[in-house]
Amino acid sequence: MIGPRLWLLQRATALVMAPFVLVHLGLIIVAVQGGLDAGEILARTQGSWGWALFYVAFVLAVAIHAAIGLRVVIAETLRPRRWVLDLTAWVILVVLAVLGLRAVYAVVA
Amino acid sequence: MNGKLEIKIWRGRASDGAFSAYEVPEQAHQTVLDVVTYVQRRVDATLAYRFACRVGMCGSCAMTVNGVPRWTCRTDVKTVAHKGRLVIEPLRNLPVVKDLVTDMAPFFDKWQAAEGRLHPTADRGTEVATIDPATPDRKAADAGVECINCAVCYSACDVVTWNPDYLGPAALNRAWTLQNDERDGGKAERLRAVTRDGGCQSCHSHQSCTEHCPVGLSPTASIAGLKRMAARAAFGRGPR
Repeated sequence: MIGPRLWLLQRATALVMAPFVLVHLGLIIVAVQGGLDAGEILARTQGSWGWALFYVAFVLAVAIHAAIGLRVVIAETLRPRRWVLDLTAWVILVVLAVLGLRAVYAVVA
Repeated sequence: MNGKLEIKIWRGRASDGAFSAYEVPEQAHQTVLDVVTYVQRRVDATLAYRFACRVGMCGSCAMTVNGVPRWTCRTDVKTVAHKGRLVIEPLRNLPVVKDLVTDMAPFFDKWQAAEGRLHPTADRGTEVATIDPATPDRKAADAGVECINCAVCYSACDVVTWNPDYLGPAALNRAWTLQNDERDGGKAERLRAVTRDGGCQSCHSHQSCTEHCPVGLSPTASIAGLKRMAARAAFGRGPR
């Protein structure tokens, strides 16, 4: 159900996400210092390649990590056929990636 | 010590069985196996159960006692009975043959599937290998080598319940000891075997195996060792 490649990929994305989560939480704390203000947030993010790259990488890591994790949970609880399992995992990955990348585009572009 | 124990024992098979109630005289230093033996010898000779050594070496007598997998020959009744009551069932995660007897074939099949056997590198003409007990590899092997094959860990493991392909803690622990045995010549083959679907990476590190192992081993640590070995192998640093 989970071979060494998916397992390693999930560990690798966890490794990537650990510092990203800390930076993201730090950013939230900084961002709300003067009250939550859309204008202030957009002023920081719009046109910023740095934040765009950061959150694109973050979104992709989350999508991969969550898809593999949920794939295992689904496999162990519902025991679907292999192709159903693989398709479901891909759908989860694509949905999470699209939703996340759309949000990144909205604040950066 | 003149009291009675109220015992419920699973009778029949998994699909069409039921609990039967028995009364057994309470005695000092009485083990759960003593209780089961009393029922079989004095109350109902048709009760099927399995044991051999009675001293915690053979791994034959494991059962589920008040919901927990245990070696019954070394489990004192007074440490597990709840208000003088015991519920004794066959081990979980294995097919029930009859009453308290499980079919251990899937358990041992998975030992074989995990390459849980030595691949010899020597023959009769070779000098007996000198093994230094102080090397890190030998210490790692020694930490897991005292397994008595009782299947308590296999019964305790939720991943085994959820994933019928999962090799289980005992087989993977055995594989880990062999991966650290310098006399063994099958390490690359074994690493492939334990990283297939249902291999070491399926372990969620719940540590039920470690919690319940009657001889105090940590299959979780052994499985973590296999995971590290698999990760190194993915970067070309695997055993050859």
